[in-house]
Amino acid sequence: MTVAITSPHLKENAAEALKDAQLQEALAKVGPGFIGKRRAAADKMPEFEALRDSARDIKTHTLAHLDLYLEQFEEKVRAAGGHVHFAVDAADARAIITDICKRLGARTVTKGKSMISEEIGLNDHLEAQGILPVETDLGEYLIQIRHETPSHIIAPAIHLNKRQVEADFRRVHTDLPADRDLTEPTALLAEARGELRQKFLMADVGITGANFLIAETGTSVLVTNEGNGDLTQTLPKAHIVLASLEKLVPTLEDATQLLRVLARSATGQDMSVYTSFSTGPRRADDPDGPGEYHVVLLDNGRSAMLQGDLREMLRCIRCGACMNHCPVYHAIGGHAYGWVYPGPMGAVLTPSLIGVEKGANLPNASTFCGRCEEVCPVRIPLPKLMRHWREKEFERHLTPAPQRYGLKVWGFLATRGWLYRPATRLAMKALALLGGTRGRFSSLPLAGGWTRYRDFPAPEGDTFQAQWRARKASNRSTAA
Amino acid sequence: MTGSRETVLASVRRALGVTSREAPRRQEVADRLKGHPAGVIPARGQLPPSERIALFKDMVLAAAASLDHLPSMDEVPGAIAAYLRARNLPSSLLRGTDPRLADLPWHKEPQLDVWIGASDGHQLVGLSHAFAGIAESGTVVLLSGQDNPTTLNFLPDHHLVVVDAREVDGDYETVWTRIRARFGEGALPRAVNWVTGPSRSADIEQTLLLGAHGPRSLHILLVGTAD
Repeated sequence: MTVAITSPHLKENAAEALKDAQLQEALAKVGPGFIGKRRAAADKMPEFEALRDSARDIKTHTLAHLDLYLEQFEEKVRAAGGHVHFAVDAADARAIITDICKRLGARTVTKGKSMISEEIGLNDHLEAQGILPVETDLGEYLIQIRHETPSHIIAPAIHLNKRQVEADFRRVHTDLPADRDLTEPTALLAEARGELRQKFLMADVGITGANFLIAETGTSVLVTNEGNGDLTQTLPKAHIVLASLEKLVPTLEDATQLLRVLARSATGQDMSVYTSFSTGPRRADDPDGPGEYHVVLLDNGRSAMLQGDLREMLRCIRCGACMNHCPVYHAIGGHAYGWVYPGPMGAVLTPSLIGVEKGANLPNASTFCGRCEEVCPVRIPLPKLMRHWREKEFERHLTPAPQRYGLKVWGFLATRGWLYRPATRLAMKALALLGGTRGRFSSLPLAGGWTRYRDFPAPEGDTFQAQWRARKASNRSTAA
Repeated sequence: MTGSRETVLASVRRALGVTSREAPRRQEVADRLKGHPAGVIPARGQLPPSERIALFKDMVLAAAASLDHLPSMDEVPGAIAAYLRARNLPSSLLRGTDPRLADLPWHKEPQLDVWIGASDGHQLVGLSHAFAGIAESGTVVLLSGQDNPTTLNFLPDHHLVVVDAREVDGDYETVWTRIRARFGEGALPRAVNWVTGPSRSADIEQTLLLGAHGPRSLHILLVGTAD
């Protein structure tokens, strides 16, 4: 289903999410699961940090020469009998895909998990053209039958529990006996396998994303654990790869370096179960494989990101580690971010793709704790890039007026130390006095957002700067 | 769409501040494609042959696949028959035309029905011969074609894969070198599939379950020794 942009309402979305008991139950499992698994996988690989450097350098090199690698990739795909279609924007990509489907008389299209497909709202568009899209990744299938959007880039249904899945399967799979036992997750998985197996075999076209595109050989690389992507790209008459420009890497070896950090960062596996390298359509003496092979290369705002700081964001390999480690994501989940890409990577990417006017709120949803940057396999400085957007938001007067004036007053003081120090000292003393013996405030003017949920501690002692100075002075005297 | 192609490439060039005609940039790209530098290769797989085989076996099992280590190809049909019996599976399998599989002494297991071709989804058991094994992660590498049709890797419930111990390499890079030696620089068979364990999903409450859409079981028949 197409994602309606609700990013401007991040605060309202977050408030809703915090009140949603079922969502909170699901989110409580995100951190403990993913963080430990990634840590364990990284600890077992002594070269992990060196591999991260290597992964970063490969992406940096490729982006700096992207024009040439795109040309090389296109040439190699053609040489293997495939087709490359450049798409400027979402509408362009949708038109290319529906043209192929219509030419082949396609009625059913199976789909591997693709965030780009969400970005361009492909499913709604196909349905409007009378073509039935069937999501085949289990998580994507779950949210498709619920008419929802992914809440995580690698675990799209992470916001659901098994009771919800059971209820949905009973609602949708009406051809199965009503009294069947679906209490165990294994029964749910077996039922999904049975339902989708028929879809795989009857599909006319298979659409997948790509984790990497290899210029050396004109190859698309797809990584899955379920095998759904391979059934999608192997069985139908045509395979359409939908990928954005920055998926390019130069060589097989470069893709291999990135694969070594991808699964470890994502799920804590050394390697995902299926890593498939597809080059062109079925060959003359092949007994299976798609008759046509198409790659749709989507720009949709990415080429503009190559200029300036945001180029670093294009290194992203979509592992999800940044959101798995993000305290804000843990608290509000993915839907609250209001568009396709959640978490820290979404907070940087979304304003680039849908505009800072709509996405400006997202970079504010960060404590700048830095965990995202610490775990990013390609070392994207996510906090720095979020700060970039905060500055843009301020420059464009998108920040609410009270906040702007507050920041201006603070800025005026902070750049004048001779004024800032006595002013903060005075404010502190006043607060300490007012806090009195209780030592805390249960309400404070201008701080209602804080004191509604907890007390605000009254200051004790002196300002940080004053204490720092005092300690430095006493250290000096001790040393002397 | 030629219009879109030119628009996108022009936009990329504009943002990078390049024309695509700069000789040094073109040279750098050509050198990288030709030289395909390996980068960081983990020490884990860099072992003498017998230890490499031991690591491969450990990693295969760690990926939730099962494994038989057989002294020679002559034992493969018997091991397959035993695998099918132990799981109450029908005595039937599908394979491609790979001569290494065709030459197996199938007469030793006359009750085995061996079919040849690609899968249409109706077979419970598929048999393939791997191009390589990779010790670093317990991965098998399968190449598309009549010898080992790609559908056998994904449609049957049970995927049995013969791996020659002499073709178990320490790392992925060694396998790329071998593939280039066979298919030429810059060329690949239509599909190269790395398979590391049986199909799985953790999409329901992050609980890992085996047997999502691909094979529920992956069984490796490792044959011989590395030296």
